[in-house]
Amino acid sequence: MKTKELCDKLGWELAFGCGDNEISGGIYCGDLLSIVMSRAPVGCLWVTIMGNVNAMAVASLTECACVVLAEGVSMDDETRAGAEKGDITVLRTDMPIFEASLAAARALGLA
Amino acid sequence: MSENTLHYHFVVSGDDFTQAGTASSAVKKTLKQLGFDPRIVRKMAISLYEGEINMVIHGGGGEIDVFIDAEQIAAVLTDHGPGIPDIDLAMQEGWSTASEQVRGLGFGAGMGLPNMKKYADELLIDSEVGKGTTVRLTVFLSGK
Ligand SMILES: Nc1ncnc2c1ncn2[C@@H]1O[C@H](COP(=O)(O)OP(=O)(O)O)[C@@H](O)[C@H]1O
Ligand SMILES: [Mg+2]
Repeated sequence: MKTKELCDKLGWELAFGCGDNEISGGIYCGDLLSIVMSRAPVGCLWVTIMGNVNAMAVASLTECACVVLAEGVSMDDETRAGAEKGDITVLRTDMPIFEASLAAARALGLA
Repeated sequence: MSENTLHYHFVVSGDDFTQAGTASSAVKKTLKQLGFDPRIVRKMAISLYEGEINMVIHGGGGEIDVFIDAEQIAAVLTDHGPGIPDIDLAMQEGWSTASEQVRGLGFGAGMGLPNMKKYADELLIDSEVGKGTTVRLTVFLSGK
């Protein structure tokens, strides 16, 4: 499923990017960037509350399909610039990390 | 170094967290364009990113030189920061002297050096307290 389709299905906000990436690496949750860096699968949906520019760099380096900002975390201008540079799709939801991941897992047929 | 070595040079700012990762991203892009195996690209990108972040958060910035030849990709990261007093301790998973501010940005999990060791084929650290740190990361193209 493409990230845009998932976003529409769950009523989340497409906060940045085109949403054209295919989710092919499951779902990954984490906020500590070094851990995410070493463990997030390529093509995953990365659910986090770390909505800063460094997270965008990690998203780009790990090649996740998209970043989901949970808990209603918003992006500042720096983070947007980082997302643009890394060509990252960012979705937003008010849900906590667990609920967001569970909803995404159900929508993707993973749970 | 042979004639057929590609060399890339980057200056890493020591006080700009928003720029941290710029060199690693550029290297990753270049390696992709050169057609390297995605696994090789990932190994180098992850280890170089950790090294670059360490230069920014611990080393006060510095310089990165990347050399690519037929056998290997090597990155040399040089800073003139405080140095690492006990490298064995620094290598331990979870050990970190990062500040609260840095932790708030998602860094400082104490996983940087362990990740570098895990992802690079070779990690050499040369550090002198009060003088600085040089880290050399190598990824072998044939797979070691
Ligand atoms: N370039 C450096 N200059 C000075 N100290 C460093 C450098 N790189 C690493 N260190 C020291 O080693 C520790 C562990 O590094 P690392 O495993 O990357 O974890 P973290 O960066 O999350 O603290 C750091 O907290 C710091 O004390
Ligand atoms: Mg580190």
